[in-house]
Amino acid sequence: FLFYIFRHDDLKEMLDSNKDSLKLEAMKRIVAMIARGKNASDLFPAVVKNVACKNIEVKKLVYVYLVRYAEEQQDLALLSISTFQRGLKDPNQLIRASALRVLSSIRVTIIVPIMMLAIKEAASDMSPYVRKTAAHAIPKLHSLDPEQKDQLIEVIEKLLADKTTLVAGSVVMAFEEVCPDRIDLIHKNYRKLCNLLIDVEEWGQVVIINMLTRYARTQFLNPNINESLLEENSEKAFYASDDEEEEDKKAEPATLAKRKPYVMDPDHRLLLRNTKPLLQSRNAAVVMAVAQLYFHLAPKAEVGIIAKALVRLMRSHSEVQYVVLQNVATMSIKRRGMFEPYLKSFYIRSTDPTQIKVLKLEVLTNLANETNISTILREFQTYIKSMDKDFVAASIQAIGRCATNIGEVRDTCLNGLVQLLSNRDELVVAESVVVIKKLLQMQPEQHSDIIKHMAKLIDNIQVPMARASILWLIGEYCEHVPKIAPDVLRKMAKSFTNEEDIVKLQIINLAAKLYLTNSKQSKLLTQYVLNLAKYDQNYDIRDRARFIRQLIVPTDKSGALSKYAKKLFLALKPAPVLESPFKDRDHFQLGSLSHLLNAKAAGYQELPNWPESAPDPSVRNVEVKDSIPDWSKCSSRKDRKEKKVEKPFYSDSEGESGPTESADSGNFLISLFHRMSHVLLHHSHSEQSSSAEDRKRGRKAVKNQKSASESESESESSESEEESEEESEEESESDTNVRKKRTPVLKQPPKQSKKESKKETQEMSLLDLDDYEPAPASASVTPVNFLSSSLVSDLEGLSLTDTILAPTTLAPSGSIKMYELLHRIKGEGLAVEYCFSRQPFSPEPNMVAVQIQFTNNTNSETKNLHIEDPRLQSGMRIREFAEIDVLAAGESVTVVMGIDFCDSTQAANFQLCTHTRKFFVSIQPPVGELMTPAFLTENDFKKEQGERTSALSRFNTHSCPSDCSFSSKHLSFFSFYVAVSL
Amino acid sequence: MPVLDITLKDNALIMIHSLFLINNAGDLFLEKHWKSVISRSVCDYFFEAREKAVEPDNVPPVIRTPHHYLINIYREKIFFVSVIQTEVPPLFVIEFLHRVAETFQDYFGECSESTIKDNVVIVYELLEEMLDNGFPLATESNILKELIRPPTILRSMVNTITGSSNVGETLPTGQLSTIPWRRAGVKYTNNEAYFDVVEEIDAILDKSGTTVFAEIQGVIDACVKLSGMPDLTLSFMNPRLLDDVSFHPCVRYKRWESERVISFVPPDGNFQLMSYHISAQNLVAIPVYVKQNISFFETGSSGRLDITVGPKQTMGKTVEGLVVTVHMPKVVLSANLNATQGTYNYDPVTKILVWDIGKLNPQKLPNLKGSLSLQSGAPKPEENPSLNIDLKIQQLAISGLKVNRLDMYGEKYKPFKGVKYVTKAGKFQVRT
Repeated sequence: FLFYIFRHDDLKEMLDSNKDSLKLEAMKRIVAMIARGKNASDLFPAVVKNVACKNIEVKKLVYVYLVRYAEEQQDLALLSISTFQRGLKDPNQLIRASALRVLSSIRVTIIVPIMMLAIKEAASDMSPYVRKTAAHAIPKLHSLDPEQKDQLIEVIEKLLADKTTLVAGSVVMAFEEVCPDRIDLIHKNYRKLCNLLIDVEEWGQVVIINMLTRYARTQFLNPNINESLLEENSEKAFYASDDEEEEDKKAEPATLAKRKPYVMDPDHRLLLRNTKPLLQSRNAAVVMAVAQLYFHLAPKAEVGIIAKALVRLMRSHSEVQYVVLQNVATMSIKRRGMFEPYLKSFYIRSTDPTQIKVLKLEVLTNLANETNISTILREFQTYIKSMDKDFVAASIQAIGRCATNIGEVRDTCLNGLVQLLSNRDELVVAESVVVIKKLLQMQPEQHSDIIKHMAKLIDNIQVPMARASILWLIGEYCEHVPKIAPDVLRKMAKSFTNEEDIVKLQIINLAAKLYLTNSKQSKLLTQYVLNLAKYDQNYDIRDRARFIRQLIVPTDKSGALSKYAKKLFLALKPAPVLESPFKDRDHFQLGSLSHLLNAKAAGYQELPNWPESAPDPSVRNVEVKDSIPDWSKCSSRKDRKEKKVEKPFYSDSEGESGPTESADSGNFLISLFHRMSHVLLHHSHSEQSSSAEDRKRGRKAVKNQKSASESESESESSESEEESEEESEEESESDTNVRKKRTPVLKQPPKQSKKESKKETQEMSLLDLDDYEPAPASASVTPVNFLSSSLVSDLEGLSLTDTILAPTTLAPSGSIKMYELLHRIKGEGLAVEYCFSRQPFSPEPNMVAVQIQFTNNTNSETKNLHIEDPRLQSGMRIREFAEIDVLAAGESVTVVMGIDFCDSTQAANFQLCTHTRKFFVSIQPPVGELMTPAFLTENDFKKEQGERTSALSRFNTHSCPSDCSFSSKHLSFFSFYVAVSL
Repeated sequence: MPVLDITLKDNALIMIHSLFLINNAGDLFLEKHWKSVISRSVCDYFFEAREKAVEPDNVPPVIRTPHHYLINIYREKIFFVSVIQTEVPPLFVIEFLHRVAETFQDYFGECSESTIKDNVVIVYELLEEMLDNGFPLATESNILKELIRPPTILRSMVNTITGSSNVGETLPTGQLSTIPWRRAGVKYTNNEAYFDVVEEIDAILDKSGTTVFAEIQGVIDACVKLSGMPDLTLSFMNPRLLDDVSFHPCVRYKRWESERVISFVPPDGNFQLMSYHISAQNLVAIPVYVKQNISFFETGSSGRLDITVGPKQTMGKTVEGLVVTVHMPKVVLSANLNATQGTYNYDPVTKILVWDIGKLNPQKLPNLKGSLSLQSGAPKPEENPSLNIDLKIQQLAISGLKVNRLDMYGEKYKPFKGVKYVTKAGKFQVRT
């Protein structure tokens, strides 16, 4: 003890020294003490002094110490608070984050207001990492002071609206802990969460998926509600029933809900579709989360896809196997077909741990049916020979269950079990006896041989349960073995006092039954047994003896009951049903702790039942907001970097704004765009073989021409690209067609557009790579051209739907999309972005104004920024910007250049030169950016429109690119049209 | 030691509350709490279950106690016991604990009691970063390594001399980029990317040598040391083989779906790119056959053993590292055998017979023959032991999977690329 005091003094001295190395050494020793569970609380004053230490490692270890002991030394802990408050204002986001982390981990009630303030501020921090930390801090504060709940919910609401993947997982976690019942907070964020899901880190995915499972259960209809209807009727039936439905509608809405053909809410579909790829996750928890989501939410026909993924998890660590098998066992009862193809994956190896073996056995038993039973039984036969006796016992029980469930094999199983009765291992025999007893109950008449055989066993078997089972059998079927039964009773009477309680009870039982059937031989024996039981130590046995004596031995007192004694004792008893212990476990959410324990764990959120009728789906619609967060105005280098992180979500939100458009006209317009862009892509393909089709309406034809010229100019690679894109388009069309068929009554343009936009966002969100590489803006792109940074612009040019769809592109507001010309890594610190400013380019009216922003991310200045060696297609021209003499480190500058693209979407290639380096870059305009501003009144517009239509069809048939300014003009009034409609 | 048990009034839902590390002998050698301290006496429930289970791998992964749930994993002879108070997906915790163990392995070369004790400060720092308030924060090795540098002999020497620290002075950029698995600013003088296609055959063969069940578990391990932000594309000659795959988060799933190529920005260093599972039995070649006869006599307390191994479908490659392991029944006291090749060893305590054959010579098949002596008076064992086979075939992926090419985009240098194939026996069992 003395030694410790000395040691601590020593440490205090080290902590007070001026040398960081000594402090560090002291802190290391202290942390080692904490790790070993030793008490180091008396060092608190010495340690807390070092909270402001400059050395990062000392600081970190002090934090570790503080979090551990602050609760015990609240007054002293307050000394450190001001340091953290200062940290919260640090320009470095990591220091801000770690200050918040530690501050919120200090469980001292007095600082609740400070924590609240810090969380609120951090929630609107420009760094997503700090916002993530804020989300983590919410549950900490909530547990410290539940009264803050309302304020915290506000913060959660705010953070839920955050569009970064980094924050999403953590805030949903906070939501689950603080206010899991506030489903209403999710509505507006539902689609965003679905779309972000694949990019969220693994742990966040699990939490979000679990939350969305519950959400979906409250908001959507049961997809299996009309199971039978769906299976029996073909698609035509939908048409047939529709007319009737319409009439019924007015009459009885309630019954209608039940009879109406089920149409899945597109949001429900979105969830299923966006979670499916996660079945490929390396993280078992994610796979399990998706599996349970499908099990609880998917239409029956689709649930099957999870089986393969779950079977794959069986290769993982044994703990993972254990949990997965538990869940598979539950699932296999409800949906046996799902796992049948994987039967062999559940075969047992002698090296498996027993608990895994038993679970596999359970699954195998659940999967057994008439067709595979012979294979399974052959497998079981090998298991019975195992050295692991617990496992053998479980195998025998499994055989028993197979025998009861599948009538055909009952006799085979029974014979096999009887053979086991001569096994050398007593446990095996005992288990067999118990199982045979259950089986015999089903058809005792045919099996008196077996009963006789078992009666002989009573001399050898010592396992109480087995003895009890044999006695019960003999008693129950004493009429089948009239000679043996009294003899067994005689033996038992002799050993009565030494038997276990369950055996004693069965001896009394046997005695009573024999007394009733064969009182001549057994009267005295019975009385003897009853007398023994009367003085037994166990009151159950005494009670039973008293009860039975009254019942079977007729005396004056015994009432009317004794007349029925025979009926009571020898009534036909129903055979036991051997059930899986996993039956009905699925009322717990699969994958949960409660499911595993088969008992409700604290904090378990009940999985709600499907609603009778679907709540209003429009709650999930989101109004279009300016998606640029406030912090984007900052211009320092660091902030720009942070801004870039947000960038992918701009595109996301653009896609999202599609369905969320509230005005009807907007919806209509978007669906119109969708159709047009679709036709256009489709057509550009077919045009290669056939000439233009006259029946196309004018507007389409114009677009058509556009894309035709585009496809001409595309390189080989992007052509194939386009094709693949088009294929997906086609798919989506057929998809929508199907949808149309299904919903012929309710023509729902908003839904359609929603669908489209979802597709968009999904494509965007596979990986948010904008930050580091011009690579996949859309993930399904052949990367042939990766080395040229023009790819992004290539893609932009191609993905017409993207640019046209998003109304923001056409709005002249500040939300103009920035494209990357030169990534900072490739540019060796020089980052160049550009955008089409949509302003007239004053020096040359035919040129498109391109606004270029240079950012110098290096530590030295960059000089003489200028353009060299433009390589342009014939007719194209460039008006270069004036050379930039010096760009200081960390600075950025914006210039405007003009490019005449000649109304084509071909790229303008040129070299960007600094005083040291040259970079090949290219700018390719998306179609939507080739425009000249023009203002028309609505009447003018209509007039023009008429003319253009006829002109276009003519133009198109000749397909000669003579009229150069044509398309751009057209686009200008295209934009006008949009303006009017909006 | 004053233990503040405020856990009862504490109603917050915390995923992982505390972690205890316990060795095989039952010593608790490290504890870490992410919230209020939970007394280590909670581990008594674990010890109880541990005792009941006999074998360490039979300890139930989830143990229920009156106020807590203990979720534990057993790895490298260490039990990682975590304390949970409320509903949480058990796999979430299990997977996290394994990630912790993997991180230790990554940092210290091995995950053992002694390395953890030697590096207790780093362990503590790691645990602090990996979990915040019971919820995983940074679990990617690339990020962690930027926050906390792994120890090396050289650095620890330098550190002691200069007094500098293990903690990263620079900020981890990874957390802030959209590719959380790769650190920024990677620079190598030699740029290289190696891929190991490792396939394991899981099989159960019955007495007669027929395949009861066989499948291939494959992984592609990568060691990528490339500067900058390379964007790699790996394509296969026969991607159709792969219908059941799981990927590292860096792989673009969409491109796999549409083009069957693996496109990814790799993490820096070693990582597992993907794993796959080939379950179609006709595709699974069984490289060796085993002729065996193990019998015990009714009298005389003895038995005979005769095992021969020969090549079956080896695709013309040599089978190496052949080892046959037999778990003998408890009554077998000793073995007096003769091996034509390799060495054998029978451990009378664990009852495990190991025959290390080495390289398989198809001209002269290895054979192990001789007698077993049993405990006298004990009845003849009912069961026959099964044989576990271990083997290795270099330069062969038994499924026939072949990497077609590896392309790199986004960087200008020419990397050195290499692909290696290995086939091993996984859980390869012959029943007798």
